[in-house]
Amino acid sequence: MSDQKLSVNEYLKTDSNYLRGTIEEGLDTSLTGAFNDADQQLIKFHGFYQQDDRDLRNERKEQKLEPLYSFMLRARVAGGVCTPKQWLGVDKIASTLTSSNSIRLTTRQTFQYHGIPKRNLKTLIQDLDREALDSIAACGDVNRNVMCNPNPVESKLHQQAYHWAKKLSDNYLPRTKAYAEIWLGDDKVAVSESEEVEPVYGKTYLPRKFKMAVAVPPDNDVDVYTNDLGFIAVAEDGELVGFNMVAGGGMGSTHGEVATFPRLGDDFGFIKAEDCLKFAEAVLKVQRDWGNRSDRKQSRLKYTIVKHGFEAFKAEVEKRAGVKFEPKREVVIGDRGDRYGWIKGVDNNWHLTLFIEGGRIKDLPGQPLQTGLREIALVHKGDFRMTANQNIIIAGVAEEDKAQIEAIARSHGLMGKLISPTRGHSIACVALPTCALAMAEAERYFPDFMTKVEALQEKHGFLEQPIVIRMTGCPNGCARPFAAEIGLVGKAPGRYNLYLGASFEGTRLNKLYRENIQEAEILAALDELFARYVKEREAGETFGNFTVRVGVVKAVIDAAKDFHG
Amino acid sequence: MLLKELSSLASPLSATQVDKLKQLTSELNAVQLAWVGGYLAATAELSGVAGEVQQAPQQTITILYGSQTGNGRGIANELADKAQAQGYSVNLVSMADYKTRQLKQETLLLAVVSTHGEGEAPDDAIELHKFLASKRAPKLDALNYAVLALGDSSYEFFCQTGKDFEQRLSALGAKAIVPLTECDVDYESAATQWQEAVLGAVKPLVGTGASVVSIGGASTTTTGSSFTKQKPYSAELLASQKLTGRDSDRDVRHVEIDLGESGLSYQVGDALGVWFSNSDALVTEILEGLKLDGEAEVTLGDATLTLSQALKEKRELTQLYPGLVQNWAQLSGNSELQAISEDREQTRQFVLKHQLADLVAKYPVDIGAFQLVELLRPITPRLYSIASSQSEVESEVHLTVALVEDERESGTRFGGASHFLTNAQEGAEVKVYVEPNNHFRLPENPDTPVVMIGPGTGVAPFRAFMQERAAQGAQGDSWLFFGNPHFEQDFLYQTEWQQYIKDGTLTRLDSAFSRDQAHKVYVQHRILERGETLWQWIERGAHLYICGDAERMAKDVHQALVKVIKQHGGKSEEQAEALLESLRSDKRYQKDVY
Repeated sequence: MSDQKLSVNEYLKTDSNYLRGTIEEGLDTSLTGAFNDADQQLIKFHGFYQQDDRDLRNERKEQKLEPLYSFMLRARVAGGVCTPKQWLGVDKIASTLTSSNSIRLTTRQTFQYHGIPKRNLKTLIQDLDREALDSIAACGDVNRNVMCNPNPVESKLHQQAYHWAKKLSDNYLPRTKAYAEIWLGDDKVAVSESEEVEPVYGKTYLPRKFKMAVAVPPDNDVDVYTNDLGFIAVAEDGELVGFNMVAGGGMGSTHGEVATFPRLGDDFGFIKAEDCLKFAEAVLKVQRDWGNRSDRKQSRLKYTIVKHGFEAFKAEVEKRAGVKFEPKREVVIGDRGDRYGWIKGVDNNWHLTLFIEGGRIKDLPGQPLQTGLREIALVHKGDFRMTANQNIIIAGVAEEDKAQIEAIARSHGLMGKLISPTRGHSIACVALPTCALAMAEAERYFPDFMTKVEALQEKHGFLEQPIVIRMTGCPNGCARPFAAEIGLVGKAPGRYNLYLGASFEGTRLNKLYRENIQEAEILAALDELFARYVKEREAGETFGNFTVRVGVVKAVIDAAKDFHG
Repeated sequence: MLLKELSSLASPLSATQVDKLKQLTSELNAVQLAWVGGYLAATAELSGVAGEVQQAPQQTITILYGSQTGNGRGIANELADKAQAQGYSVNLVSMADYKTRQLKQETLLLAVVSTHGEGEAPDDAIELHKFLASKRAPKLDALNYAVLALGDSSYEFFCQTGKDFEQRLSALGAKAIVPLTECDVDYESAATQWQEAVLGAVKPLVGTGASVVSIGGASTTTTGSSFTKQKPYSAELLASQKLTGRDSDRDVRHVEIDLGESGLSYQVGDALGVWFSNSDALVTEILEGLKLDGEAEVTLGDATLTLSQALKEKRELTQLYPGLVQNWAQLSGNSELQAISEDREQTRQFVLKHQLADLVAKYPVDIGAFQLVELLRPITPRLYSIASSQSEVESEVHLTVALVEDERESGTRFGGASHFLTNAQEGAEVKVYVEPNNHFRLPENPDTPVVMIGPGTGVAPFRAFMQERAAQGAQGDSWLFFGNPHFEQDFLYQTEWQQYIKDGTLTRLDSAFSRDQAHKVYVQHRILERGETLWQWIERGAHLYICGDAERMAKDVHQALVKVIKQHGGKSEEQAEALLESLRSDKRYQKDVY
């Protein structure tokens, strides 16, 4: 046992009466639009974060007004699949209960609302509940939204993989009734001491957030290696037989603290599909018991594995699961991008992937995106699938309905613009002005930045070649920047660290190339590198692999040693 | 002898008395000291110090005032000064402090009373007004009286309270020494004439002798400074900070003014009178609309100045009055405006919704510079409830000013003073004076709970209350009801209330943000929701304060209080009204409404 003092959050969880805290009292006070510090931690478990408009902080201080607080609520949508009816509900909430009047698709296949005033939280969660949606555990120290490749083409395999993703999501939901009591008005039930409220998590839940994904090769859109726990589907004759399990990935790190680092998951081996939950529970419980609860910057699963060693960790998981890993099967890990436009699936249904820049679904001048998706939802008979690249798929469209859907998409600016391969593969997090962690712009600035990169690619004659570029406002990694061929991580307004050298497929991390530089320097560096790339690249060599091969940066093999080294 | 050197050895006073005197005098400025000196001399004379034979009692002139904005009090003060200067003995007293039993003994009563709202008596006159109309009112055959009524002719029940006094006193058998005089907003010259007429009429009735000022209203007669409405202090504006968020549809300012070395002092609850000048844009618009030359010279009283200057500094441009509408109707020959001006109610509505610039734009007239200036009323200062306590801000005074702004056919129209204060730059000159309000005071006992109901800019004096109570280290509970349209944009002084809640100065705050949900919620709804607790506070002796809009809010809040008392105090409607009435006369239910 460590004699180190537990982190503050551990006491909060212990004292919270299974995540209730004083949230209800906080909802009742109209003196402030905020929750107190302790409840601000607890509300994450209920799916939302407190934020404020950072652009207005100083102005409002002079106006003797508190910061413009609002909440960001992230829904839990396993595998990103929802029905048109649900979409209409989601859309209505955005228009009536949020000040951002938008739906933000996330990098974890769900959607977020920004700008929810405290007084609207209850109504909003009740409205979601009416659509059989919730935000339980969408944030917090628990298993978050489970990702699953939404590929509708391989419809049968997808269905089987999705089945397990949904099971993982449902099985590791917190069991506390706090959410139902506080938000849905369910009767309060007294909990006896002996009762086991949280059979998997216990009273203090996990030491830190926990992310799972299910990948269906050759697609790696879910960026399976960046998750705490990943399952890579293995198929035989088009049928799911099991998974290659990977564990210990995670993006978050802190600038200037070399003890923190991003990491990709280790391959543990093959498991049978039916053993999936046994292994998942074993991993969760080992992390629950072994994870660091003193220092939240050392508490993700990746640090637990590094600390105890791969073999010891693997042995403990096998012991708890009661099953051993088999050698991993050969699978192809391929593209992380989405396939835009119409694609015909094996079941003869059509699927339309729409590029949503920055994941922001909002009515913009000349591009009423939100209205467009609403119009589609009104006539669509299949489902909607949110992708890990913040895009959306109108899935399961019959041949005869194709023209109608396309007409709506075109007339609302959802289709018809030419998307360069690089832009189509690139993502940015929300950052300023709402994210409290952001040090620099991302979503608001990224489209302009990408236009400049495209100009450089065009100048060097390789605009058709996709490069995975990702930008975040901070090193916590929502847009998985450390797994990008070109990663830009905010340091200060207008300043970024430039990382290079990740593989195109997401199987190798990148490494710091230039620190704390501004746009002109970033573009100058890329200009020079692009020039070299077109001259010196080998046949079929991706930009990330090129930068490692020619020594622009060293390859990161063992993140704990190499990332900062 | 310097006060510092005063000791019981060198004076006929006891050591305790010396301490008390030292304590009192240390709080006074030069003007106050001079006044106290005169007061003590007069008192000594009356009490026949040094064995002098006490003089036969003089017939005393009782001067009563009932005043909402301080104009009535000002006139009464002047009258008292003039009467004393002529050697009369005078008893000057606020109607609120006047004992109705005394009425029978009076032989000469001069009353100055205003009317506010829809023909209602000002707060301090309510009780006397009611008494005179009641069966308990005695025969007053021996009484001579005169009434000066103040009012605003844009209201339907112009000077109603004054008329009531006149009618009742006459019905009770008293004799008017001069006829009732009704004054409109520009009351100054009519009031002066009335004062002269009254003093003339008094002469044959009363002998002169030693003059005595009753101090019934003494504390109201001094502002502790020689600066007055007529002689305001030129203060410096320190800040005009917007309090509402950028997405608010209203512009409310926190205005800070430096009283410097003026010696002006105020108490929490007082108002600040602010003189302003009209905006250049408005003056230009009017001049251009009337095709008049701003450089033309006009004479006002004994001063000659340019027409531009006169309009900017001396004339009221942002508030109409019925007489002006009537004259304008004639000048313009416009039948529409004539029809309006012939109907009292239509005129009243018109006056509320238009300004001179609207008349100019809509009803062209051919008018000369002098004629225009003659037609317009003199500019009058505006009163703002003070939002600070000197125990916190020392020589500063803070105001909470909502910019009055209306979109009209002929353009955006602004309130004169609020526009001036909103646009004033740091360092600008603002002419101000203090207008005391003794009917809006914190309880003397700092342990007494207070309930403060102040939606919108009505919250201003409660900021002053909190500053004062924090400085006192008051232990009494306090409860603020605040309301405005939007929580995020219009929560005036939000961070200060949060601090006061945190440090315990403010016990609780209930807010009503009317437009943050489908149905509108106002402070009166919150009062009803919290009725049970509120009733407990009332039973614990809490003082209730309402500040803000008189037209609707104060009435709705009053009704809500009646309901709370009925529901939680188990009273009938009449009993609840009677309870509030008794709270009012005990100074436990005070209003500063406008």
